[in-house]
Amino acid sequence: MTKWLGAFMLECKNIGFYYNRSNWLFRNIHLSIERGEIIGIYGKSGSGKTTLAKIMANYLSPTEGEVLVDGEKSNHSEVYPVQLIWQHPEQAINPKWKLSKIFEEAKELDQDIPSILGIKEEWLNRRAHELSGGELQRFCIARAFHPDTRYIIADEITSMFDAITQAQIWHALIRLVKERNIGVLAISHHISLLERISDRIIDFNQLKGASEKSF
Amino acid sequence: MHVYELNHETQEELEKIQNNLLLEVKNLSLTIERFGKGWTRERLYVIRDFHLKIHHGEVVAIVGASGSGKSLLADAILGIHPKNSIVDGMIKYENELLTEKRRKRLRGNDILLIPQMTNALDPLMKVGKQVKTLMKQNNHQKAVKQIFQKVGLDPDVYDQIPSACSGGMIRKIFIAMALASEAKLIIADEPTNGLDYESIDEMLFQIKMLEKDNKGVIMITHDLEAAMKVADKIAVFYAGETVEVVDKKHLKKGGKFRHPYSRALWNALPQNGFIAIDSTQPSATEKLTGCSFAKQCPKATKKCKIEKPLLKEISHDEMVRCFYAGM
Repeated sequence: MTKWLGAFMLECKNIGFYYNRSNWLFRNIHLSIERGEIIGIYGKSGSGKTTLAKIMANYLSPTEGEVLVDGEKSNHSEVYPVQLIWQHPEQAINPKWKLSKIFEEAKELDQDIPSILGIKEEWLNRRAHELSGGELQRFCIARAFHPDTRYIIADEITSMFDAITQAQIWHALIRLVKERNIGVLAISHHISLLERISDRIIDFNQLKGASEKSF
Repeated sequence: MHVYELNHETQEELEKIQNNLLLEVKNLSLTIERFGKGWTRERLYVIRDFHLKIHHGEVVAIVGASGSGKSLLADAILGIHPKNSIVDGMIKYENELLTEKRRKRLRGNDILLIPQMTNALDPLMKVGKQVKTLMKQNNHQKAVKQIFQKVGLDPDVYDQIPSACSGGMIRKIFIAMALASEAKLIIADEPTNGLDYESIDEMLFQIKMLEKDNKGVIMITHDLEAAMKVADKIAVFYAGETVEVVDKKHLKKGGKFRHPYSRALWNALPQNGFIAIDSTQPSATEKLTGCSFAKQCPKATKKCKIEKPLLKEISHDEMVRCFYAGM
C-alpha cells in the first residue's frame, strides 16, 4: 500500500504480546482501521481482545511490533488520538466527582455531544452511584470525543445493558463517529450486534491463527 | 378491542397447578429510605408492584433494564435486603406464607441464591469442600466429583482454590452447588453476564439441568435473548413493576409480547430491528401516578397518564399491565 493511503489509518504492525515470557498471548497481528470505518471484532473470552485494545489505545506497549496512528508513532505530550471506552463504566469514573466534571476531562467538548448521547441536564449534578450503568456509559463515551480523537476502541461497551439501552448507545455513537470521520474498533462477543453496526467483521481467533501459520 | 379468551381449566387441573406451586409473590414492594441533603429524607421506590409465580421444575426469567433493581428483588425474596429498606407484600412458599422465621430456616437449604459476583466463594477453602458443605448424604467427595463431571468441570478442580478458577468455571461451580444441595428453588442473578457466546449456551444448558432435577429456577437477567432460549415463562420488569408475564409457548406459536415495553425491548435486539425508543425509564425517586411506561409509549393516551393500569390476568399464569394490551 502506498504511504499516503496509510497516513489515514490506525495500523497494528506485526504486534506481539505476552504477560508470561514462555507464553505469547498473540504474535504477528496485522490490523488496520481507516478513518470513518467501523470494524467489529469477536472472539472467545480470554483470547486477548482486551489486551489488543489496550495496546492500540497506548495503555500498554506491545512486546514486539508497533502501532501507527495516521502513519506516526505515539507522542506522549498530547492527547492520544486513540481513545478506549471500557466495559464497566462504574469502574472508569471517579466515584467522588460530580458528573459535570467528567466533561471537563475532555476539555473542549462539542456542545451537541451530550444531547446526541441523551445525557440529561439533571444528571450533571449527581455522582456516579446515583446513575445506572447505561447512563454512566454515555458519559464515558462523551469524554472520548475530544476534538483530537481520531479513533475509538469500544471494548464490550454495551454487553452489560439491556437491548434498548444498547440500541440507544450504538445509534448515538455511530452518528457521532460518522459525522466526525472517526474510525472505530468494536469488540463484542455478540455477533448479531456486530453485524448491525460494523462495516467489516473480523474473527479474532482467525486473526491470531493466520499469524501463527506464518511463523 | 381485542379480548383474550381465558383458559378454562377444570377444577382438577387447577388444583394440580396449585399443588405444584413453589413460590408466589404478590404486590411486593421495596422502598429504600435514606438521608438526602441536610436533614431531609428521601425515598427510593425501587420495587413498586411485583408479581411472580413459579412451579416445580420450571424456569422463570425476570427480564429488565440494568439498574432497575432486579438484584434487590432477589434480596427481598430471600430477606437479605439492606437494613434501611422496607419490604411489603405477600410471599408464599409451597402455599404457605413465608414468615421471617421460616425464611431463615429455608434460606440456603430450600432456597439458594446463585450470586452475580464471582468473588462470592470463600477464597481460602478448596472449591470441592465448599460444594461438599451443601450435601447431606455421605461419601461426599466422590459424589461431588460426579457432579463436577455433570456440569463439565474437571474432577481435579475439587482441590483448587477459587482464585485458580476462571469466571466461567466459578459459574459452573455455582451450578454444581445448586445440584449438590437439596434446594427446590434456585435464584440465579445474571448468570450469563460477561460470558462469551459458547459459555452462555453452556450455562443455559446447565440451568435446564436444574430444571430437569425438578427444581424451580428464577433467572434474573437483562438479556432477553438468553431468557427466551431457556425460560418457560418470562416476566418483564420495568420501573419496579411486573409489566408482563408471558408463556414461551405463546411466543413459540408466533405470538407477540403483549406489553408495549416488552415489544420495544424485543424490537431493540440487533437481529430484530435494532430500534431504540427515545428516553429512559423513570427514576426510583419519582412517585408515579399513571402507567410507568406512559412517557415512552407510542400508544399512550390521556388515561395512561392519569390512571395506573392493573395487572390483568390472561390465563392462569400469563399477565399484562396495560389498558390496550395486544392491540
